[in-house]
Amino acid sequence: MSAGRRSSGGRTLGQGGAKEQVRRLLALLPYLLAHPGAKVADVARTFGISEKQLVADLGVLWFCGLPGMMPGDYIDVDMDAVEGEGVIWVSNADFLTRPLRLTADEALGLLVALRVLRETVQVSEREVIDRVISRLEDAAGQVTGVSDRVAVRVDSWEDPEVRAVVREALDRRRRLHLRYWVPTRDETTERDVDPMRLVLADGWTYLEGWCHRAEDVRLFRLDRVAKAEILDAPATPPPDARPRDLSAGLFQPSPDHALATLELEPAAAWVAEYYPCEEVIEQSDGSLLVRLRVADPRWLRRLALRLGGSARILEPSELAEDVRNDALAALAAYETT
Amino acid sequence: MAVARKSERLMNLVICLLVSRHFVPKAKLRQLVEDYRDLSPEAFEKMFERDKEELRDLGIPIEVGSVSAGFDDEVGYRIRRSEFELPPLTFTAQEAAILGLAARVWQHASLAEATSRAVLKLGAEGIDIDTSPLAALEPRLPAGEPAFEPLWRAVQNRTVVSFDYRRPGQTAVARRTLEPWGILNWRGRWYVLGHDRDRKATRLFRLSRIVSEVKAVSKPQAFTVPSGVDIRAEAARLSPPGDHRRSARLRVRQGAGNGLRRRAMSITSDGEGWDIVEVAFHDAAGLAEEIAGYASDVVALDPPDVREAVIRHLKGLLVEVAS
Repeated sequence: MSAGRRSSGGRTLGQGGAKEQVRRLLALLPYLLAHPGAKVADVARTFGISEKQLVADLGVLWFCGLPGMMPGDYIDVDMDAVEGEGVIWVSNADFLTRPLRLTADEALGLLVALRVLRETVQVSEREVIDRVISRLEDAAGQVTGVSDRVAVRVDSWEDPEVRAVVREALDRRRRLHLRYWVPTRDETTERDVDPMRLVLADGWTYLEGWCHRAEDVRLFRLDRVAKAEILDAPATPPPDARPRDLSAGLFQPSPDHALATLELEPAAAWVAEYYPCEEVIEQSDGSLLVRLRVADPRWLRRLALRLGGSARILEPSELAEDVRNDALAALAAYETT
Repeated sequence: MAVARKSERLMNLVICLLVSRHFVPKAKLRQLVEDYRDLSPEAFEKMFERDKEELRDLGIPIEVGSVSAGFDDEVGYRIRRSEFELPPLTFTAQEAAILGLAARVWQHASLAEATSRAVLKLGAEGIDIDTSPLAALEPRLPAGEPAFEPLWRAVQNRTVVSFDYRRPGQTAVARRTLEPWGILNWRGRWYVLGHDRDRKATRLFRLSRIVSEVKAVSKPQAFTVPSGVDIRAEAARLSPPGDHRRSARLRVRQGAGNGLRRRAMSITSDGEGWDIVEVAFHDAAGLAEEIAGYASDVVALDPPDVREAVIRHLKGLLVEVAS
């Protein structure tokens, strides 16, 4: 009987090999049974695969069924409806109506993500997340022992009041007035911001929004907001204002920025790990030679002052001279006080 | 073609083992699954073993038991439905939205995929997350360190690992052998905590400082995690101590030293253009670095050890430039 089915199979290779395909099919089949008449395009999008791949998957299901493989044992897939109207009708598969239980990666990955989410919401919103966590732990009993062995610590250094005001502005889509400290320039600035989203990145919470002062999208680290006030105006970021793509990290060096060369003693080697460098060369004496892009020379000047003798600016030489003069001026104060 | 054919075989094997109430003898499986039929006994054994392993890798619980048929104790297989199926769960729209948001957290390809799949299996997909009040939140958890994935597995499987590690501030690399108890993320960076077999002590390693491949050097389940170990407590220990027992008096130019002013205990005027700012601290060297960062805008007055640390720090800058 199966020979008849085989002859009509115009199938392509599975995406990611048979194992991946089986993993997907075990979730796809229960999904299709629960969503009769689903559109090919919607299902493909939901599963993150191409329509072509989905049709190939359905072709595989068509050859599956109860042992014995008599005509009535096969899973029924209405391939005509798939090819014709682009909808999926699957039947005769009562033996696989539930998806496979969550694997360790699925359950653990989701639990860790939920805990991160929990750390970033308001205290009043934690209850519902806790409920989801505990239900998930029940459903994934086998991994809960392991889940205690992955921890994510999110520190919130920001003022809870600032955070609450920012959240309210986001929820109500209102403009904010911020008093914001810019460490590079050692300035406290006043600005109006149309909030777009709150982002947790590298362990810090940032407000991303349209800054009316800079007339551009800016990220504001929440713990540097001294004061936040909701204004009597709606948040209206320009339609072309896009959140920054942070997948490559927060510090995104631009080729327009000047290149600087630093020599780092071991005590300052963390700089090479912390900031994206164009080049890191280990020298024979154990120090590092580092080249990095600098958007604002004042940032590097301040960094060099903080690093003290454990770092040296080699390029640009004017900046090295500035740092030296800064140090001399600062020392002069100790001779007079 | 080959992939689809193999997928069919694996699916049919799963269904066959799932619908059977009893252990299915191997010989029976050979008849029931089309691809097995025409193989030589050796080829069948090999293919079946491989198929079984692949299904177990997918998380499918295949049980082995004896089939008491007549005199022979033959080995048989089955999948217990209660172990296989995800129990049905229903989520409210709000809970489903939270699951949808959680699926966006990981910035690691295979975990992002796994969490999306989990949300799909839980039936919480397709909820319009953007209408949720939490939609403006975007927590991100990156895991770009090459050592992350092998250690994530090793922690789950309790496999002993070895790797080359570069200690902070040193360029020399040392080989470490570790029983990984857990991994933790702090400030966007991953650490692994475990028993260092060479140093015979509990140690914490930062993943970005692992400079070699992470190699598994034992079978899974090779060690037990001591019961008192609390990874979350270890994570808490990574943060700088919060107790600022001492206070320092600084002379700060007006309009400057904003980082210090923000956490000042008191600010009083000190004549034209200057303030006296009092801040709490726990580490004199750390405070000295911060003060030096403000150059001539901040002068340390008290206590003397902070004042001296600042002078030493600033002089260090001159020595290095001169040499």
